[in-house]
Amino acid sequence: MLTALVLLPAAAAVLLLCLPRSTPRTAFRVVWVAVSAAVLALALAVWAGYRDAGGIQYETHARWIPSAGIGYHIGVDGLSLPLLALTAVLFLACSVHALRGTHRVREFAALFLFLETTCLGLFAALDLILFFVFFDLSIVAMYFIIAGWGHKGAGRAALYFFLYTFLGSLALLLGFIGLYLAAEPHTFDMVALTAQNPLAGRSAYGALVLLALGIGLAVKTPTVPFHTWLPPAHTEAPAEGSAILAGVLLKMGTYGFLRIALPMLPEAWRSYALVFVVVGVVSVLHGALVALAQTEFKRMIAYTSVNHMGYIVLAIGAAAAAGGSTGDARRLAVTGATYQMVSHGLLTGALFLLAGVLYERGRTYDMGAYSGVAATAPVFAALTGVAAFASLGLPGFSGFIAEFQILTGSLGPRPVATGLAVLGILLTAALFLRALQRIFLGPLRLPEAPGTARPFADIRAHEGVAIVPLLALAVVLGLAPRFVLDVIEPASRDVLELLAR
Amino acid sequence: MNENPLDLLPEVLLGASAVLGLLLGAWLPRRRQWLTGALAAVACVAGIAAAVAAAPGPMAAFDGAFAIDPVTATARVVILGGTLLVLVLGRIAYRADPRETEFYVLLQLAALGALLLAGAQDLLLLAAAYLLASVPSYTLAGFRKDGPGTEAALKYYVVGALLGVMMLTGITVLFAAGRATAYPALAGGLATAPTGLVAAGVVGLLAGVLFKAGGVPCHFWVPDAVQGSTPAVAAFLATLPKIGALAALYRLAAVPLSATDVPWPALIAVLATASMTLGNLAAFFQTDVRRLLAYSTISQVGYLLIPIAVTGRSDQAQPALLYYLAGYALTNLGAFAVVCALPRARALDDYRGLLRRHPALALSLVVCLLGLLGTPPTAVFLGKLQVFTAAVDGGYTWLAVVAAVNTVASLFYYLRWIQPAVAGARADADAGAGAGADAGADAARTLTVRRPAALLACAAAAASVVLGIAGGPVLDLLGGPLVR
Repeated sequence: MLTALVLLPAAAAVLLLCLPRSTPRTAFRVVWVAVSAAVLALALAVWAGYRDAGGIQYETHARWIPSAGIGYHIGVDGLSLPLLALTAVLFLACSVHALRGTHRVREFAALFLFLETTCLGLFAALDLILFFVFFDLSIVAMYFIIAGWGHKGAGRAALYFFLYTFLGSLALLLGFIGLYLAAEPHTFDMVALTAQNPLAGRSAYGALVLLALGIGLAVKTPTVPFHTWLPPAHTEAPAEGSAILAGVLLKMGTYGFLRIALPMLPEAWRSYALVFVVVGVVSVLHGALVALAQTEFKRMIAYTSVNHMGYIVLAIGAAAAAGGSTGDARRLAVTGATYQMVSHGLLTGALFLLAGVLYERGRTYDMGAYSGVAATAPVFAALTGVAAFASLGLPGFSGFIAEFQILTGSLGPRPVATGLAVLGILLTAALFLRALQRIFLGPLRLPEAPGTARPFADIRAHEGVAIVPLLALAVVLGLAPRFVLDVIEPASRDVLELLAR
Repeated sequence: MNENPLDLLPEVLLGASAVLGLLLGAWLPRRRQWLTGALAAVACVAGIAAAVAAAPGPMAAFDGAFAIDPVTATARVVILGGTLLVLVLGRIAYRADPRETEFYVLLQLAALGALLLAGAQDLLLLAAAYLLASVPSYTLAGFRKDGPGTEAALKYYVVGALLGVMMLTGITVLFAAGRATAYPALAGGLATAPTGLVAAGVVGLLAGVLFKAGGVPCHFWVPDAVQGSTPAVAAFLATLPKIGALAALYRLAAVPLSATDVPWPALIAVLATASMTLGNLAAFFQTDVRRLLAYSTISQVGYLLIPIAVTGRSDQAQPALLYYLAGYALTNLGAFAVVCALPRARALDDYRGLLRRHPALALSLVVCLLGLLGTPPTAVFLGKLQVFTAAVDGGYTWLAVVAAVNTVASLFYYLRWIQPAVAGARADADAGAGAGADAGADAARTLTVRRPAALLACAAAAASVVLGIAGGPVLDLLGGPLVR
């Protein structure tokens, strides 16, 4: 069932490419939305059949390349299940949002479906090489999306994105090889490696492997100082591409930390956890401060991603703090980190789709070019307002639950760092309020660029259908978080047990 | 004493078909010359079958001059399979050409040389194989008889002659030092020989082998030969002699040099670094696709030298090398098949709009180029994974890091090719209606496609993905012991 879930979108992509040229565009769109919906249905079915007790479920383990220690091993647990569901939701939202797109619809749909397979596969993978295959292919697919459907400077931004993240992926590969060679017998299987803890007692080797893994995952997350690829990629990418890039692809980095680095390198992680705490706090503050200085709406959201992902890195760094009394706190931190991945995926996805709406109307992201938009587009203003407030961590939304858990959990083990990170929330609040004020309030002024003669239209039906459910889910997760927390908590307890070895 | 010619069946078949083809070609009318090509293809297929069917175990044929083991078997399958591909590409290019037969014959002889290089177990046979692989190649490089072709042939020949002499000198020195030319006996002799003498011999020998492989510092012929010759010949020159040469180098490293004190692993590691770095740097701003591919093959030699540097230190070295060779040959030939399919497109910019006009061909190009880069799940990815693993396992972690950094660097120029291919039509085509139509017609002319070559490119791209995904059983076959 999990295999079907992972491969369904790719199969549909192949089907789309095989359809004859005369097929009407509508057919591609319908197939795209239908397949995304089917994937979501499958993901929900997987969730429905998942038992809250924890552990890996829906496991499939087949021989693939046994002589190289590679197997086809997939499964879900409390860490991956929420992310699988998030992936399915976001891809469906994007397929709906793109319903009015006209530029090379077939290829766009096929690429997105292929990308969906790589994202689902990555979160389901329980073999390092399988993980890497999907990791790399997601970069390739995203490259083509940015380069093919992006704005003016997309070629350069896409190239930069590919080069930078590819460097990260190779660092990751070297780390995987280090783990493989340390294990006896040599294997890439995550479950076996986790059980074996192959680098126990080999601190220098463990540090090197953690360095390679850390660079690889930090580039993808991204954390300061490896975040410079993110703003150009987001600014130039099409709205749907940005939503997936920020909503799903960034999670691969933090998910990798929780899935690979913590359980397989517990000793090294405990020794160097402080580095990650510092990197996390710096990312939080740097991301927020730089976002504050942005004049472009989309670039600003991109930097808030650095800020929000910084909380996650802080939490998983704090989780390694020594001392038995803080056990509950640390579990709260890891749970909060996973919750933040889901919450950030929903909110940032919605924000980027809204940024796409803004661009579609005014052909620019420059906040100075807009003013008083709320008068002509009240629904758009309301949705953006909700998304912004949710993103800055207002109670009642998912972001609050996540950040509250992260900060509460990290405060005990790392009080100073957590104190500094709280400032980040203040900054985010300031920057979102300022952006809302600039664009939506004041006298009406719209950018005067070619193709913007018509008035600023309010949210159209397909845009609303794509964005409103994301925000609604954020509210649901903010008011009734229990059904997700029940899934995550056993998994975060397992991670901490593995980390304590 | 073993002198059974059946042990050398693939080589014998290829040689016989070359000679027979030459005779046949002299009598056949021009329209029927394809028969010699068909004969060559049959010889290749039969040779592959014979190689697969042959006993896998290590066995020395002809008084220990020729080894039959996994290295030879893999090289046979890859070289003969590659020759088959090039035969088809050549058939498309030289259909009813007055010299069609000559092309087939020269190609077979050069391939035979590469086969002998891979299996040679004796320094003298190695020298003979070097000449057999080189001389027909010089002729092939200048096959078109035009300016660039002549330059290509001349450069190739001069460099080859010089380095060939160095190789012969090296062989003489090694013979003097080890008092034998057969590898097993040489291994014993070299272990007690003076280190300086052995080192001098190894350097001389390396010159010849690296010339055939096209690695730094013996790579100067590669860009000119690949750019100046016809695409089909370029595909051959850039791919198949390498396989023979690297197999020969591996055998040298694994058997006669294994017991010496000479620091040849360090030397090869340095050469590998130089090869991948210089090849990549030179490829960065090339605008001619063939020149770009030529430099990319130089950098690939660098990756291929890595497992040779860790020969004897890691069990993974042999499967890594052989698997990488197979995957590389397939992917590189696929990329060259795309070039052959678009004979009028020479510059990177000529590929603009390929995706719109020929989506399948563009997709194959993307798969082949990303394959050369080592993107999963293509064959080269698994090869690279094995190579990196072997390097780390053999204590050359720094080499693996260098190779990883170089891989990222190589991404840049592969993307310079991919980007126009998948981008929309030429920008100036949208400028005005009249000019746009002209430019559109221009692009249509530039992107005229040769359908059989395009099919071949698609097949090679698909095969490289299949080989990557189904690499398990193949890898199992590559690890057997060598003749010692």
